[in-house]
This record gives sequence, structure tokens and C-alpha cells, in this order.
Amino acid sequence: MEYTQQDFKSSMEIKWCPGCGDYAVYAAVQRALPIVAKELNYTRERFTFVSGIGCSSRFPYYVNCFGFHGIHGRASAISTGVKVANPRLSVWQITGDGDALAIGGNHFIHAIRRNIDINILLFNNQIYGLTKGQYSPTSKLGMITKTSPYGTVEHPFNPGELIIGARGTFFARSLDVEIKLSTEIMTEAAKHDGTSVMEMLVNCVIFNDKAHGYISDRENREDRTIVLHHGQPMIFGKNRDKGLVLDRDNMQLKVVEIGRDGITENDILVHNAENQDTGIHMMLAGMKMPEMPVALGIIRNVKDRTYDDNVRDQLEEVKAKAKVHCVDDLLHSGATWEVE
Amino acid sequence: MDITKRVEIDDVVIRFSGDSGDGMQLTGTLFADTAALLGDGVSTFPDYPAEIRAPQGTVSGVSGFQVHVGSGVVRTPGDYCDVLIAMNPAALRANAKWAKKGATVIVDADEFNEKTVQRAGFSTIDPFEELGLKDSNVIFAPITSLTKESLKDSGLDNKVIVRSKNMFALGICYFIYDHPFDFTFKYFKNKFRKKPEFIEPNKKVLVAGYNYAANTHAHANTYKIVSQKKEKGTYRSISGNQATAWGLIAAAEKANLPLFCGSYPITPATNILEELAIHKNLNVKTLQVEDEIAGICTAIGAAFAGNFAVTTTSGPGLSLKSEALGLAVMTELPLVVVDVQRGGPSTGLPTKTEQSDLSQALYGRNGECPVVVIAASTPSNCFHYAFHAGKIAMEHMTPVILLTDGFIANGSEPWKIPAMKDYPSICPPIVHEGDTDYKPYRRDELRLARRWALPETKGLEHRIGGLEKDFITGEASHDPVNHQKMVDIRAAKVARVQDFIPDQEIIGDADGDLLVVGWGGTFGHLLSAVDDLQNEGKKISLAHFNYINPLPKNTGEIFKSFRKIVVCELNLGQFADYLRTEFYNVRFEQCNKVQGLPFTVAELKEKFKQLLK
Repeated sequence: MEYTQQDFKSSMEIKWCPGCGDYAVYAAVQRALPIVAKELNYTRERFTFVSGIGCSSRFPYYVNCFGFHGIHGRASAISTGVKVANPRLSVWQITGDGDALAIGGNHFIHAIRRNIDINILLFNNQIYGLTKGQYSPTSKLGMITKTSPYGTVEHPFNPGELIIGARGTFFARSLDVEIKLSTEIMTEAAKHDGTSVMEMLVNCVIFNDKAHGYISDRENREDRTIVLHHGQPMIFGKNRDKGLVLDRDNMQLKVVEIGRDGITENDILVHNAENQDTGIHMMLAGMKMPEMPVALGIIRNVKDRTYDDNVRDQLEEVKAKAKVHCVDDLLHSGATWEVE
Repeated sequence: MDITKRVEIDDVVIRFSGDSGDGMQLTGTLFADTAALLGDGVSTFPDYPAEIRAPQGTVSGVSGFQVHVGSGVVRTPGDYCDVLIAMNPAALRANAKWAKKGATVIVDADEFNEKTVQRAGFSTIDPFEELGLKDSNVIFAPITSLTKESLKDSGLDNKVIVRSKNMFALGICYFIYDHPFDFTFKYFKNKFRKKPEFIEPNKKVLVAGYNYAANTHAHANTYKIVSQKKEKGTYRSISGNQATAWGLIAAAEKANLPLFCGSYPITPATNILEELAIHKNLNVKTLQVEDEIAGICTAIGAAFAGNFAVTTTSGPGLSLKSEALGLAVMTELPLVVVDVQRGGPSTGLPTKTEQSDLSQALYGRNGECPVVVIAASTPSNCFHYAFHAGKIAMEHMTPVILLTDGFIANGSEPWKIPAMKDYPSICPPIVHEGDTDYKPYRRDELRLARRWALPETKGLEHRIGGLEKDFITGEASHDPVNHQKMVDIRAAKVARVQDFIPDQEIIGDADGDLLVVGWGGTFGHLLSAVDDLQNEGKKISLAHFNYINPLPKNTGEIFKSFRKIVVCELNLGQFADYLRTEFYNVRFEQCNKVQGLPFTVAELKEKFKQLLK
């Protein structure tokens, strides 16, 4: 059966603010789901959306699939339970920078460590929106918010570094406005066996407008971001004349200009998302403006055993060897005695 | 000529004590299991420190295990012991208060010297005088040196040899109480399957202890407990935590659903998770997750996806789970939360028993947030109540808190094995494909339970969550009138469970001078005390509750026919307060104890006698 975007829209009225970046991610999900369903031969009832609390966590209400709107920070734990209980489900977790990285940080890193096969959409707007504008764990140092009237005094997380540091097997990043790229990423995330984290850089028009404006600005976007593709050279820029090389003296990435100082396309690094080693993926995820372009696309996509597969396999293995097959057997196992 | 006389007795209480590394829990368990196999009634009480290996020879590191063996039904591990085994001076000092006057005290003579006596905190060099044990029959057995002697040719290293001295002490007890070796030998064979070199040495030391006692006439008499005829059937020994785990597995089997347990280790509940983890063959999935909150949240996710989901914990863990418990109430999903109560507040007394989580179980959540609360009352009936907690959770679509406590969780007793065919079926209201008119929050009239539509069922896609739900559709709703209706119906749904639980029983006459009211793990002690006073001709009865919220239908009725009512519990009066809110015109006296210890039968009888005056 072929689905259309319409099949995945619920009748619930969407209540995000006009101009919110979440709409664009929603649009990408609506485009991705029919593709995922077709490519993986999934029927709609296998898609289950789980969320925590926050603006983006309203998402499951708007998708015509099974949905569970959880409590603050616990989406990773809830989706872990859903997936282990029924491994056939395609589980999509919706979370934000507060939900996943502050109150839910513990569950989030452990889901990644276990490599459970869920797809996590991490909406990063660098602010608490639903509580009306307090700083989040990704807010830039010094940012002025309602709870930091003189500027924050704490360092932000870069989610990619956190995820790759926990040896996450899939990490991708997109911008709300890059709907096509987001759709591609989501499709690949669904195909990836293991925890897929997609950081969606979204705008909050009300409390943190243009948070990502420096890179999302249409005029400069191509010069300030690099879209990575597995097997392709790391070239970017409006004129496709800039690339990344490894500065071996400092063991860090460096931007070079193709055609200058004898640099040719052959000198540019080729992206290998499937490299088990986290080193270069960590560097790519950590690139910051203005010195470096911000990496978009699939930064890391490696194969490893998944938690849900391990749970299932162990269950089957133990069952095959077991002498106890039902509760009556269990009750009579071990030392018993008869009273005549 | 054998000058030892064999005496027939009704019961005996033995307390094994030593350093926490001395293997006292195992020694006591082996004695208890052998007694159970002989057909005796048995009740056990492990009394161990929170530290795994506290400094050797100090009172804080002493671990104890009390066994009560009797000819008939044994309901408690006994208040005081007839025999105290103390492997060192610290054990003696920590446990002498539990010895009856004139008790037999068996000590390891090798461990008693000026230095060890001092280390144990005695102020003189005669601990027996200091503890007032002069009337006791003290047996100074050179346990360590004789253990070494019997294994001198074993080739084992000294450390390993000394570790088996507990078997020497056990051997002495086997002689005095005429226990056969076979069960224990079988245990060694199984336990050391992978280290067969330990089988013979352990046997040898056990027999050496036995022979030592026989040869030295260590005890004037040996004793034989003559078992009364028990109900016909197959029996086994079972602890409360094991029974809880098995009861949950049984409920999953009856419901024909996989069992999912998301938990985090916490004393004294951890054995339930450990026990469940063994039985993956019975379609059990156990997740040891990152914290208590993940324990309940993975369980809620699993319940949404259609497993019978449980999480197991103790008091502090229940505190951490309270927000998520509210989510389970709001989403009306089946969930069993087991709370093995321990001494609180905060970290409190992790290895000691208490009943002080009752109020937390009843009320400890934000909003109007009722859940079903059930309490098991003996080690073996943890099976029954865990099963019924599962049945109620799944059939009524509600979270259920099952309260046990450290005392019954770690205690064990013989149990006549039930047959699963005698247990009722469990029929959760699962919606099947093809239901074109499914509304997530529409309810059945009987139970007021909503129906359970599982992901992957075609055509039943729906969304639920922690926001207030529309009365029928389950969509998020902020409508004031709808909220009132939902609060009311959630309360009514839990109250409706009353129609599905048995009436409260009274043990004794339905009227009289004093009704003793208890709940949970105090049952054995309360019943023993009430039994004794009934035999003395007092008009006293016992109503012991297992169903706490809702209470059985006839609860109000049974309070009417007694002159006085006393509520006994191991807290400051939480059940009494709960009863007062439900039955405001009844006067409840209280009997409370908060020492991390069970009641003693003696102190209960004294209290009841005062009330009967």
C-alpha cells in the first residue's frame, strides 16, 4: 500500500506559534513517512511516536499514528519500553533541548549507549519555549533570557559531541528550513538499525528568534554550513570552492579554498559516515561558526548490535535451552517435598 | 554408652550470627530448608547489616539469621531464641539480647581472646558476665581450629578453609536437632557444580561439626521435633521476593502476555529483579535501567505497547517514581509497582523492615491520583497478591501498588505449591483489529475500565498522554467540566475494584472486646498474639487487611461489634489515620513500633492485655 502525506496527518489542530520552526520539521516528517513506509514495507500502524514535554513534544498529537505524550525528560525511557515490548514498531521520539539534555539527560545518553533502535528527533531551539523563555542547556554562554537577565554563566552542550561521545551510531543535523535535507535524513535514520539522533536546529520566533539565523540566513547559508554526504568530498560554499582538510600539525579540521595555494579537489577530505572511529565525526559535529562551517547532513552512521535485537536473541537462546516451560514447571523446580 | 537423651519438643528458635562474611544467611537457610523437608513448620528472619563487609569483628558488621522450626504451623521467626550461635564476640554482643533466659549459646572459642573481646566493644574481659549470660548453657567449641584440622590435608588454602567454618557450626546444630545430611549434601553438589573441589571439604566440615557435638556431648540432650500432619501435597520453601517474582510471572502467563520489568537495583527489592531475570524462558523481559524513573517509564512504554509491565522498588525508589505513576493513572494503563518497604525516611535503614510507605502509596502524587493498593502479608502469599495485583491492573486498566516489606521479602516459609489451573483467568480488555468505533477513553460499565488498543493493530491509531483527556475520545482537553468528570471517573474506577475483591475476614469471633487490626507483613506476629490470648479465653479477634485501597466492602460492618479496636503497624499510625478518614465515627487505638524490627509477640500480648482491662 502506498501512503500519502495526508495519511499521516491527524485531525488535531496544530497549536505551535505562527512561524515556529517546528512546522517545517513536521512537514519533513509528513514527507518522510510515506517514503519510509514504502522503502521498509511498513504499514501505518507500526509507526509509534513518543515524546516528552515541551513545544515540540506536542508533535505526536498531530501525527495519525500511535502516539504517546509522556512527561518531562522521560521520552527516551518510554520509547525504550515501547520498542523492547514490541520490536516490530518503528519508534519515533520527539524531544527538545530541555527535555533531552537537561531533565532527561540521563535517559537520553543511556538510550544512545544501549543503541536501541529508535529514531530521535531532537528539536534544538536553544531556549525553553513552553515555559516562556528561560535558558536551556544549549543556550549560548552569555545569552540573556528571563532567568539570565545578566547573561548565562554556563557553557552549553553541543548535542552532536554528546551523542558521538556516547558512541551513538547515528547522528545527523539539519535546519528547520532545509525540509528536503531533513526528509532525506529522516529516511536514512529510519533505515538505520540502532539509535538515530537527528538534531533539528529550529527557530523559536517568540523567545529566541533567529537563534540559528547566522547559518540559516538564505544569503549566506551555503558559505556557513556544509552538507555532508557519505563518500563525497567535504566541499561547500556558494561557489563550491571551499573544502575541509585535516591540519596535521594541529590535528584539527581546516577550511581551504580550492584552486588556491595549489589545493585541488583531490586534497579535500572525503566523508566516511561509516567509520567506527569517532574522532573525525566528533570534529565535524563540533565545528562552529565563524571559523568553520556548521556541519549538516548525516555525520555518523555506523553498524552495531542493537539493544532490542540483543534482548530478543537472548530470550530465544534461553528459551531454546530451558527445562522450565510454564509456571507450573517453575513452581515445582528445585527442592520440593511431598506430604502424604 | 550414649548418655545424650533425645527429647521431643514442639518448636525451637535458633539464631545464627557472625561477621557479614561468615555465611550466616546460608547457614540459617540450610538449617531451615532441611527442617522444612522434614515436614516441620518454618519461618525465617534474616537480620543483616547494610554494609557488605563491615570491619571484621565489629558490632556493625554482624549479620544474623533467625530460624523458627516447629511441629505445627509456624507463623513468626520467634521473638527470642533458644539457641544462639555466635561466631565471634561482636556477634555475641549484638545478639545476646535476643537469647531467652537459659538459652544455649554456642560460640567459636578460637575467636574469643582479649583483643577480639575489646574490638567488639566489651568493657571487661568476660563478655558472658557482662551480657548477663551466666545462666546460659555456653558451649565453647573451637570451631576455627577444628575446621582447619579437618581440612589440613585438603590442599585448600587457609582462607578458603576458614570460610567453611560456618558448616562446622551447622554440623553442631544438626546433631542437637537430629537433622540428616542428605539435603545439604545435595545443595553442595549443586552449588559447587563448577568448582567440584569444594564439595567434599564442605561435607567433611559439616560432618566434623556433627561428630564433635556427638563425641563431646556438647549438649545434654538432642531434640526431635515431631511434625504434625500437614495438608497433603507438594511443598517447597519460598521467600517473599521469590514469591512476588513468580506471582508476576504467573499473572503474565494467565493473561497470555509477555512480562516486562523495568527496574533499578535497590535493597531490599533487588532479588525480585534478579529472580525475574533468571526466567527469560517464560517470556520475561527484564531491563536494568539507568534509574528508578527509567524503571517505571520503560514499564509505562511497555504497557502502552501491550506487555504486562511491572517495576520493582523500595521506598526511596517509589518517591522517584511518583510523577510517572501519575502518568500511568492519566493514561489508564495497567502497571504493577512493587514496593518492598524498608526503614525510612531518606536512605533510612535499607536492610530493616518497616511499614511506613503506606501513606506514600496512597497519596504520594500530584493531583487527584488514586491507585489500587494491595499488601501481601506472608512470604508465600506474596505469590497470591502479586498475581492479583496483575489481574486487577490488567482487567481494570489501572496502576496497582503492591506493598511488601523487608521482613516478608527476605523471610521464607514452606509453601504448599498451588496449581495454576486453580488460579483465575486474566482477561485484559484488548481491542482487536476491525473495531471501527474504538474510542480510547470509552469505558465498560462494570469496571469503568477503558479498553487497551495496542500499537500495530490496524485502524486503532490513537494518541494518549499526560494531559487531561477528553471523556470519550481521549484527546487532550482543557475543558473544566470534562476535567471534573475525568477526576470523578478515575476515582470511581479505583473504588469499583471493591466489587471484585473478597470480603474482609475476621479470625476469631465476629464480636468481642478487642479487634486487632493489621495489614501487610505483621500478620504472623499479630495472629500468634491473638491466638495465644484467645486460648487464654480473651474475647479478641484479628482483622488483617491485604486490600488497602479500596478496602473490602464489609470493612465498616466489622468494626461495629467490638468494644475496642486497635490498629497495629510498624509506623506512626498511617493505616489508623487512613481508616479514620474512611470511618470517622469509629475510635481506633494504636499500637506502633518504628525500630526497623518486626513486632514481638510478647509486646503485642502485653499491649492487648492492657487494652482488654
